[in-house]
Amino acid sequence: MKNIAESTWPDEVHGLLKAAQVRQVAIVPDAGHARLIKLCEKDKSMRVVRLTTEEEGVAQLAGAWLGGEKGVLLMQSSGVGNCINMLTLSIACQFPLPMLITMRGDHGEFNPAQIPMGNATQAVLEAMGVIVKRADKAEDVTEMASSTLRLAYNTYRPVALLIGQRVSGAKDFRKLTRSVPL
Amino acid sequence: MSKLLRRELVKELLAGRGDALVIAGLGAPAWDVTNAGDHALNFPLWGAMGGAAMIGLGLALAQPKKKVLVITGDGEMLMGLGALATIAVQAPRNLSIVVLDNERYGETGMQETHTAHGVDLARMAKAAGIAQTFMVRSQTEVSRLNKRLYAGAGSLFAQIKVDPEKLPLVLPPRDGALLKNRFRAALLGADAAHQ
Repeated sequence: MKNIAESTWPDEVHGLLKAAQVRQVAIVPDAGHARLIKLCEKDKSMRVVRLTTEEEGVAQLAGAWLGGEKGVLLMQSSGVGNCINMLTLSIACQFPLPMLITMRGDHGEFNPAQIPMGNATQAVLEAMGVIVKRADKAEDVTEMASSTLRLAYNTYRPVALLIGQRVSGAKDFRKLTRSVPL
Repeated sequence: MSKLLRRELVKELLAGRGDALVIAGLGAPAWDVTNAGDHALNFPLWGAMGGAAMIGLGLALAQPKKKVLVITGDGEMLMGLGALATIAVQAPRNLSIVVLDNERYGETGMQETHTAHGVDLARMAKAAGIAQTFMVRSQTEVSRLNKRLYAGAGSLFAQIKVDPEKLPLVLPPRDGALLKNRFRAALLGADAAHQ
């Protein structure tokens, strides 16, 4: 499996955000987004806003657009469940909302608690009327992220890109503990 | 001491708004704000419960030279308490949040909220780190708050205890796209439609 550090998509996606003049980056962290978050934090043209729950980001970015700024929401798939009712705001008022979502409960998951939401992520987003794209290979992420941003900003709607766990890699809990043999 | 009446109170708070941008939380606060006069720079909510303060944050960060006022209810604020922490960390100088606290879920049959049982939102905001916090119970305190509301001297949070009166609804337009587009046109100019 390709190491996250060797992937170039976070750098490329940061470049896309910059080119699109994204000013507000709303986040609840995920390991798969760690490098992109770091790049955005270092970028003086962007304001990274840490949230206590992902639905705050849906509301924040509606406010950003009211004020003439573009934003993006970065989260992991478990956070999608927290956003569902708040997505009404984006849909009813036609706010652009690109969401870049790293998948958990997906390819090679170890943690049973990640499975229900991970398995339901695409279905619940689509049930709310969100357009969902998916990238399962690192080399596809940048192009899919580009189309996600353009769809959201040009057609005034929430659009989600699911970045598969094959791209970011499943967390290996056994490597992180001393008590369980590998 | 008689409790403050929300319609007169909101009129008073909005009288000095100038070109401030106003977000109104769903239900009674949206009717109160509309009662004071429909305005292109109002964004009244019909849903998004728990999101009013965060919409205010995104707007305040996008428009640092404008004053942003969020007027919402106690039930709405209770649904998004984490926003107090998020806003305190961002600390926009131009954001004021006013909670009209009738200690009730007014639109669903006047059931009590946690504030009827001692939950103090102003102290929660203070503990989160919001620069200026106020618990307001009297007309004198309203006048004091009014002087600070648009001063832009740091994030502000006020919890105002109001009478739990039943009032006729004063409805804003309910087409969300219309509300958004007229707000952006008034704030950003006609070119906003081509962003």
